Amino acid sequence: MTEDLGIWAVPVAMLGGAIRVSTPFLFVSLGECLTERSGRINLGLEGTLVFGAMAGYAIAFESGSAWIGVVAAALAGAVFGLFHGWLCRFKGVNDIAMGIALMLLGLGLAFFFGKPYIQPVAPDLPAISFGWWSEIPQIRAALEVNALFIVGILLAFAMAWMFRNAALGLRIRVVGDSADAARAIGLSPNRVRLWSTAAGGAFAGVAGAYLSLYYPGSWNEGLSSGQGLMAVALVIFARWNPVMCLFAALLFGAAGALGPALQTVGFTSGYYLFFAAPYVLTLVLLIFTSSPGKAMEGAPGELSITK
Amino acid sequence: MSDVTASRTVFPAALSIWVPRLEAVIIPIGALVVGLGLFAVFLLFLGRSPVDFFALVYKAGFGTGFSWKNTLSRVAPLLFAGLCVALPARLGLVVIGGEGAIALGGLAAAVMGVWSGALPGAIGLILMAAAAMVIGGAWIGAIGFLRIKRGVNETIASLLMAYIAIALMNHLVEGAFRDPASLNKPSTAPLPDSLRVGDMPIGIEVHWGLGIGVLCCFLCWILLDRTTIGFAARVAGGNIRAAQVQSLPVGKLVIGFTALGGSMAGLAGYFEVTATHGAANASLVVGYGYTGILVAFLARHNPIAIIPVAVLLAGFEASSGLIQRRMDLPDATILVMQGIVFVVLLLSETLYGRLRIFRPDLWGGKA
Repeated sequence: MTEDLGIWAVPVAMLGGAIRVSTPFLFVSLGECLTERSGRINLGLEGTLVFGAMAGYAIAFESGSAWIGVVAAALAGAVFGLFHGWLCRFKGVNDIAMGIALMLLGLGLAFFFGKPYIQPVAPDLPAISFGWWSEIPQIRAALEVNALFIVGILLAFAMAWMFRNAALGLRIRVVGDSADAARAIGLSPNRVRLWSTAAGGAFAGVAGAYLSLYYPGSWNEGLSSGQGLMAVALVIFARWNPVMCLFAALLFGAAGALGPALQTVGFTSGYYLFFAAPYVLTLVLLIFTSSPGKAMEGAPGELSITK
Repeated sequence: MSDVTASRTVFPAALSIWVPRLEAVIIPIGALVVGLGLFAVFLLFLGRSPVDFFALVYKAGFGTGFSWKNTLSRVAPLLFAGLCVALPARLGLVVIGGEGAIALGGLAAAVMGVWSGALPGAIGLILMAAAAMVIGGAWIGAIGFLRIKRGVNETIASLLMAYIAIALMNHLVEGAFRDPASLNKPSTAPLPDSLRVGDMPIGIEVHWGLGIGVLCCFLCWILLDRTTIGFAARVAGGNIRAAQVQSLPVGKLVIGFTALGGSMAGLAGYFEVTATHGAANASLVVGYGYTGILVAFLARHNPIAIIPVAVLLAGFEASSGLIQRRMDLPDATILVMQGIVFVVLLLSETLYGRLRIFRPDLWGGKA
């Protein structure tokens, strides 16, 4: 039985949509946040994410377990991250351009090896129901939450704690703020950045696996709508703060869910504009918080895009 | 005797000019060869013959008159998209949002075409091109403006603005400017024949976009390498602070070069609309802007070098269909090849100034 929620259908559908749509944004932005805090930027996470989606789906299909697929996607993402980290340590190599090149390569390899997996059906990741208390089917549907979303929330808080309190987090921050200071206390900036980029790639791989194994839950070449590319914008929006990444991801997810939610109540125009709203918001934020003379507040000092 | 000593001093002087220039040609070509070699290894691992592959690429891209037509018809948007990256790059700016300017430029051309339908064809075509260039130039020029006035990173801004532009284009094509007759694929109203650009009279069916694109490459080369504006841009690109000390108008240069690049991307959209599709619709967004990044980097942001690079990449893309059919490889094969070549090429940047063979001043063994 479907009850008519009237205008309330929009916020309920947006809530559900935000939770579903935001998870890949969350993982990929946490990955980019970690990489950027070490002073390097990886613009290639879109390729990593799509390759992770393909690898996760293929391995889940071959092994019969969606969770093995997620692990495989994380490993594949880490390999891409290691590759990016290794390439960028050579003098004169531009990390922004290299990211674009690796995005191209990741997309190419994903489409190349993913061709045979467009048809088969792999097992899905399970969802946890948080809507048991409600009688209303729409609310129950909205509160079907995937376990990865919860992992992502925990990860965001764990990363925030790590950057403040743990030795590892402080090392990453030192390297990100000043390579000279890091060398002075005996840290190797290249090594810290290599592993930060690898971990960031692994997160992007998991984001891809979420897309192919849960929502929308199948593998095809148009799977990603640019979540990986937008990670860079999202991290700026979140001021390089992992907990803010969580809210930014929810906001981007809600904006993405607004169009379809409005369609359910018969409001069909402006779909594309709602979809673009977070990008406009990020741009406005960028314009108001940048200044010609100094780096952005909260930005790692070594980051090439803010110097 | 004096003649001999004169020629001795002239010879090394010529060398010291030409050998470093050779570096800028040989390193990218070497990177291309190494990249294709790595791709051949990739094919060998999959049990495919690289020889068959490259023979097919040659045949489908460059082997016959028909394949040349197929290749050359894909070159125009790559030339314009490459210029959109290469011009700001002279100032040290990485602008990657050409895709958005192509989409909006194409839309502007189509809308202008609908409005100027009653005018003579030639005037209508010029108005359409002007609209495309103004909109594309304003869109990318705004990125330069934000860079100068607010210090906004141009790479991120151009990425965001590409998304916004594509959303705007889709919104307008499905809303205000939609032709009610376009049911399955929302489009603007189809252009009358008088507003369609035809083929060039060169014996091959290729539209005027190619000729205008090549002309634009030459003009941009003259601007960059033969004028004081281009020289000022190069100084500013090398060192903004030095340029400011020399009281060069860095702000005007940045805004001017980004706007010019954007107007080139707008022209790509213009020719897609007036020569290829006959209306603006989602077909404008097929990734030319992103391939243009690869074109510009392979050409080391030299407008003349953009021409052969664009032809080469267009030939690769033209061969994609035949490779799919004959070798049973996915169409993404070309994308893998492009990706490998791009990575090797960027890695080769680390070699500049480090190879002794390109440093005649070090040949004697003394530093």
